This record gives sequence, structure tokens and C-alpha cells, in this order.
Amino acid sequence: MSRLWSLLFYCVPVLATVTFLMAINGVWPFAACQMPPSLSTAGETIDGLFNGIHVLAVMILLGTGGTIGYVLWRFDHRRNPEGKAKYFSHNSALEFVWTLIPAIILVFLAFYQMNAWSENKMVRPTTMVSGIETQTPPMVLVKAKQFGWEFHYAGADGVVETADDLYVEGLLVVPRGQDVVLQLESRDVIHSFFVPELRLKQDVVPGMRQFVWFNANETAEVDILCTELCGWGHYKMKARLRIVEPAEFETYMEGLEATYEPPLASATKQPTSMSVADAGVTRD
Amino acid sequence: MTEISTDDASSVAGRSPNRLRRFLTSYVFSTDHKVIGIQFLFSSLIWLGIGGLLALAVRWQLAWPWSNMPLFGNALFADNGGQISPEFYNTLFTMHATIMIFFVVIPILSGAFGNYLIPLMIGAEDMAFPTLNMVSYWFMWPAFVCVIAMLMVPGYGASSGWTSYPPLSVLEGATSTETAQTLWVMALLFVGISSMMGAINYLTTIIQMRAPGMTMFRMPMTVWAMFVTALMQAFALPVLTSALLMQLSDQIFQTGFFLPENASANNMASASGGGQVLLWQHLFWFYSHPAVYIMILPAMGMVSDMLACFSRKPLFGYKPMVFSILSIASLGFIVWGHHMFISGMSRMLAVSFMVSTMLIALPSGIKVFNWIGTMWGGRLHLTTPMLFSVGFVSMFIIGGLSGIVMAAPPVDIVIHDTYYIVAHLHYVLFGSSILGVFGAIYFWFPKMFGRMMSDGLGKIHFFLTFIFLNGTFFPMHFLGRMPRRLADPYVYDSLKDLMPLNQFMTICAFCMGATQLIFVGNFFFSMFFGKRAEENPWRSNTLEWTATSPPPHGNFLTQPVVSRGPYEYSHPDRESDFWPQTDRV
Repeated sequence: MSRLWSLLFYCVPVLATVTFLMAINGVWPFAACQMPPSLSTAGETIDGLFNGIHVLAVMILLGTGGTIGYVLWRFDHRRNPEGKAKYFSHNSALEFVWTLIPAIILVFLAFYQMNAWSENKMVRPTTMVSGIETQTPPMVLVKAKQFGWEFHYAGADGVVETADDLYVEGLLVVPRGQDVVLQLESRDVIHSFFVPELRLKQDVVPGMRQFVWFNANETAEVDILCTELCGWGHYKMKARLRIVEPAEFETYMEGLEATYEPPLASATKQPTSMSVADAGVTRD
Repeated sequence: MTEISTDDASSVAGRSPNRLRRFLTSYVFSTDHKVIGIQFLFSSLIWLGIGGLLALAVRWQLAWPWSNMPLFGNALFADNGGQISPEFYNTLFTMHATIMIFFVVIPILSGAFGNYLIPLMIGAEDMAFPTLNMVSYWFMWPAFVCVIAMLMVPGYGASSGWTSYPPLSVLEGATSTETAQTLWVMALLFVGISSMMGAINYLTTIIQMRAPGMTMFRMPMTVWAMFVTALMQAFALPVLTSALLMQLSDQIFQTGFFLPENASANNMASASGGGQVLLWQHLFWFYSHPAVYIMILPAMGMVSDMLACFSRKPLFGYKPMVFSILSIASLGFIVWGHHMFISGMSRMLAVSFMVSTMLIALPSGIKVFNWIGTMWGGRLHLTTPMLFSVGFVSMFIIGGLSGIVMAAPPVDIVIHDTYYIVAHLHYVLFGSSILGVFGAIYFWFPKMFGRMMSDGLGKIHFFLTFIFLNGTFFPMHFLGRMPRRLADPYVYDSLKDLMPLNQFMTICAFCMGATQLIFVGNFFFSMFFGKRAEENPWRSNTLEWTATSPPPHGNFLTQPVVSRGPYEYSHPDRESDFWPQTDRV
């Protein structure tokens, strides 16, 4: 019997490792489970961290889980019917080592990933405006509502929340190879803006104005998902993101301006005031 | 002192008022900590069954969306053709989490085992405040009533998630379950009051009522864990309670603590506003992150005791174990922001929460190494409670490691609010806490009911639960792009290919649910027909095993005097492989 239990507990780290390797190498049936290929360089950094921490985790799991399987077989009382258990209650050297090594690994991990976080969420891209480096203004104001997404393009003046904004529902078109900054606001409850391919997610909080940015390096059309429970229709709150070549983007915007009919005033009514909470981002 | 034994149950049949009164005072409104513990145990187990059925309904919808739900579909949703509606799907996972967290895991660990074991393990005749103890159990009942009352209001239950984030949970028109939201808040308030009374009682009892010789560092790990858990509850609960009162006031009195300026939903503008949406999240997680440890520390303590007993070896690194529990508890208060990395809170602040979260992995790791060190070189007896304890350690390793993955904010950007998180929390809460609870039930059942549970059935129960729990929850690690709480994930083309995997997980979940019937059968059969238990069937050292099985009201026939620590197994100077704490020589 002890063999069975030992085998069962060996299975945990072994099967976990095998399925993990199958998933990162895209082997059936786990090919479907991979994250979709990243469409941005920031996404590749995040994937590197994701896989790196997992490799570390799997190694720790193999070590500890394997030891559990071994212990159950090796120290079963039926293998050793006469003797007694060894009487010891601690081992200072061993304990020092297994405290120090994980501590070093954890502190290393903590510092190693800070750059990726700050690039994705803290340091907004900049552009040169008449020789002065300024933060890239938002190209699109994204408004989340129960249960859909509105995209307000900045229009001719290049500034969102002005009269010449162009409003489209359900489809966001952005150019490839450019820094795109989005301004996120909510009309009602909390939503969350999630594009798996861009490794981009940000809760959209009513009463707050937040910025996210990305630089897509391939053209594609992908899903935008809501990942914060927002009511009964949460599951169907979807939109599409289309990444196109810059030239095609120009054409799209021109076409949009040419045929644009402003929707009813009530539909795009701006809140009269917006209590802006700073999301750690300095604004211009 | 009234004596309680299992034989009293037969006398209940008598209808005389005296006997009825005696039945009520000794089984219903009892101030005996053991009876109260067993009351907590039974009500939590009943809620575990209900919460489990809700989970199966959630799994059903994820595998075969919009199809007729078996057994309940036609009864509940005849006009929908037995379908789960999207509103009701939200109610299902909201109530599943609410019940499992507040009615099952917290009360079964602190309420049931805390109550039953603390006085017995420290050699006290009862809790410091027996009446308060009784009241703490009966304050669970208004909460139960609130949840049952939800079935009679629109929506059949709250539907804004167990986190109940405003404005969704507060704004009129945002959900169709406003009355249920209010009942939800009230239910949690009552549970909080109950937990607070329990916590004060446990702290006082452990500090004041230890038997002569029972120094703090001679207490078993179970008692240490209960002590630290009670400390956490005492410090964290007031924050939840005030946040709940604020949300209640937002719902009923139209205040705007958590509503932004110009709040509106579903074309209905709110009269109030000017508050902060994120304030609720900070207050909620300031309680609910410590609550994560409240839901696992007691299980860690009990598992430590069971591992030492069945390895017939001293617990490896007793004091480091105590200090790691203490550091988990104190760090547990400064990591709540890791639930909010992408919530919109200060992005700079996320970095400091990340560092503290990484640090908390350290004491957890030390505990795992010490558990393995405890088994190393032992003479293992692989009984049912031992298997569940080893299962706890094995599953906790996976849950802990996935915790490190999501502690990294850049990685959390991707996996936040996806099934990866669901995998992690179920490995910790089900894989660890509930396996620990099962182990503890098998271990202390002989003390509680005077009879042994069947070991063979227990092993089958463990084996199948272990297989199916991994079959259900492990694949979730590969669903890092499937958001949680979607009534039908397959409306997104990119998620359509995940359906077969979801169906596999659902089949495993149903098998896991069915497996629990073995446990239910074993539990009730053993209670009445199991082998009679001796005082100390596991040859364990701690004090509860010197009392009779079950112990009488007042617990010990003579005052126990403690001479040594709880883990003197296989001492080289002794012939027997255990050395009870009360033995003089």
C-alpha cells in the first residue's frame, strides 16, 4: 500500500511538470491552452517573466513533491517494523540554508520584475512636440458601459473630449508600430479592459481617468474582453481590436471623418465633472 | 456539572418537559465548548454540501452552456427550458464563494475545531466565556436566515461576486438583485459578529486558562495557529464591519461612500455620489487578505500535529514553525494590495505590495520544508488523517508556488481575474484547507463521538478526492486567458477551443462531488456503528487524548499538569514511542 501512496504523491510533481512542458511547447491537448502569441514587445517581456517564474516553480515542485513521494515509501513503518523513528527536532544549518536561499531568490524576483511593471504601467511613452519631450496624448478615449465599449477618437485636433471626437462602438482600430495611448473611463460600474494578445489589462473605474499604452508589432484582429464582473451581461461585453498598417489607419480615419454622423447628444453626453484620481501617472 | 454522553441521545425520545429542557440545554443551547464545536461542525458541513452543489451548477454552465441543468433545471427555470440565466449564473458563483468562505471554511476551522480543541489541548475545563461562546454560534443563524431569505427575493441571491464591488453592488439598476445585496451585507455582518466573539474568547482562553505547566512554547501547533488566527480576526474584522456598514448605508440611505460623482447605471442616475470606488476594495481586502490566512493557518496547525503524530517523530523546527505563523500573520496585514494591482490604485504602490507579497512566501516555504523534515526519518503510519495531511502539504506547495507567479505585477496584468487565479485559490482553499479539515475530522472523530471512522472507506475517499480535485483544478492553470465569471465564455471566438478542457474539468468536479457521499456515509455510519474508540487511539501526546472519548462536560476528571512539549515521539530514553504531555516521568 505504501507504494501506491508514494506513487500517487510522485504523480503530482511529475504530471504537473509534464503538462507544463506540453503547454509551453504547444503539444496536444494543451496547445489550445497557451496564451495567444504576443503582438507587442512589452508582451514578450511579460511572457519571459511568466515562463521564467514557472520554470523556477516547477523545479521547486519537483524537489519538494518528489521528496514527499520518496519519504512516504522510504520511511513507511512496515519497511522498518522493529526500530523507532529518529529523534531529532531541528537542524540549524539546514534551516539556515533553506531560509536564506529562498529569501535570495524572492528578493531577486522582486527587483528583477520592477522594470517590466514600470514600462507597462508607470512610464508613459513620450513624443517630441516642437522640440520638447511630452507625454504622448491619448489617441482614443475608451468608455466602458454595461455592456459594451465606446471608442472616441481624438479627431482633427488630436485631443480627446472635444467637439470633433469621432465615436465608434465595438471596434477599435489602431496603427501598427506606434505608441498608442488609451484613456479609460467608465459610464457606470467597474469594467476591465483586457486584450490577451497585447498582455494588457486595466480596470476601468467610474470616477477615475486612467491611461494605458502599447506598441503593437504585427497587424491582427483580436478580442477585447471585459474581465471585471459588471452585471448580468458581463459575459457578452466584447469588442474587437484591429491593428493595421499606419497607411491603412490614415485611410480608415479619413473614411471615418468623411462619413461620420454624430450620434444623439444623449448617447455621448459627458459627465459634467469628473473627480480625477491619479493612477500614479503624471498628466500634462 | 452535567454529564454528557452519547447514550443521552436515546433519552430524547421521552416527551417530559424535564427531558426536553435537558435536551435543549445540553445539545441546543449548550455552553459546553465541545457541543458548540460540534454544532459549528454540522452546520458548516451542511453548508459545504450546498456550496458544493452551487459549484457543480457553475461547472455545468461552463461545460454545456445554456443546456438544461440536470435535476434542478426544470424545477427552477421552467420558462427558460431549464437553462441557467446569465443573472442566475452570477448568483451561483457569488453564493458559492460567499457560502464556502463565510459559512464553511472560516467557521469549520475556527468555530468547529477551534472551539472543540482549544480547551482540551490546553487542559482547560471550558472556554473563558462559555455563554459568549454559545452566543457566537447562535449569531451564525441570523446569517443563515439572511441567505435563506435571499431565495425569496428577486434573483434568488446576491449577484455581484463575493467581493461585492460597488458601484455594481450598490447602484440601483446595476443588478437585478438589490434586496439580495442588502441581505448579503447583513449576513456578513452577523458572521463577523460571531467570529469576533469567538476570537475574543479564544484569545482570553489561551492566555488565561492554560493548565499548570502548559507554557506558551509547550502548546501544540493547533493551539498556536488558533491563537494567531484569533488575533488576525480581532484586528481585521472591525475594518470589514465598518466597510459593510458603509455599503449598507450606501444601499439603504443613499449615502455615497463608494459612489463616484454622477454615478449612474442602466440609465438611472444616482442621487448620491462624491465618494471613492476604490475605497471599498481597500477596506474589503484589508480584511479579506488576512481572511485568506484565517482560512488556512488553523489547518496548518492541525496538519502539523497530525504529521508529527503519524510520523512518530518530533515536529521539525517547532519554534520556527511558530515564528513563521506569526510572520505570516503580521505580513498578512500589509499585502492586501496584491489583489488590486490593476484595479486603478496607485501604480507605484503596487511595487511595495509586490515586495511584501514576495516576502510572505518565505515563512510559507519554511513551513513546507519543516513538514517534510518532520516526516524524514520517521516511522510513517499512512492512516486516513495522515494521507489527508500529506495531501494538504502536497497541494499547498502548488497553491503557494502559483501564488509567487501572480505576486509578480507584470505577470498579474495577464492572469488577473482569469481562471489561473481560480486554480490558485482552489488549490489553497480546497486542496489545502478542506483536505486539512477532512484529515482533522478523521483524526478527532474518535474524541468527538467515541467511535472510529472506517479507515478503508477513508482511504478510498482520500484517493478519489485527491485525483478528482487535481483533475478539476489543475487544468485551470492553463486557462490564463479565460476570464472568470463569464456566464458563457464561448461568445468570444478566441475562447471557443477551451470547451473540451472545461468539459473534462466539469466531469472531474461531478465525480469529486459524488465521492463526498462516501465521506457522508462513513461519517454517519461510524457515528452510530463504528468501532468503539479508546481514550488515545492514535497514541498521541497532546492533552485531549488523556480525557475520555468523548470527554464529559468539564473535560478532565483531574486537573492535568503538563511536564513537557507536545512532540516527544520516539524519545530514545523511553520504550514506548510516545510520551504524553501529562506523564510525570
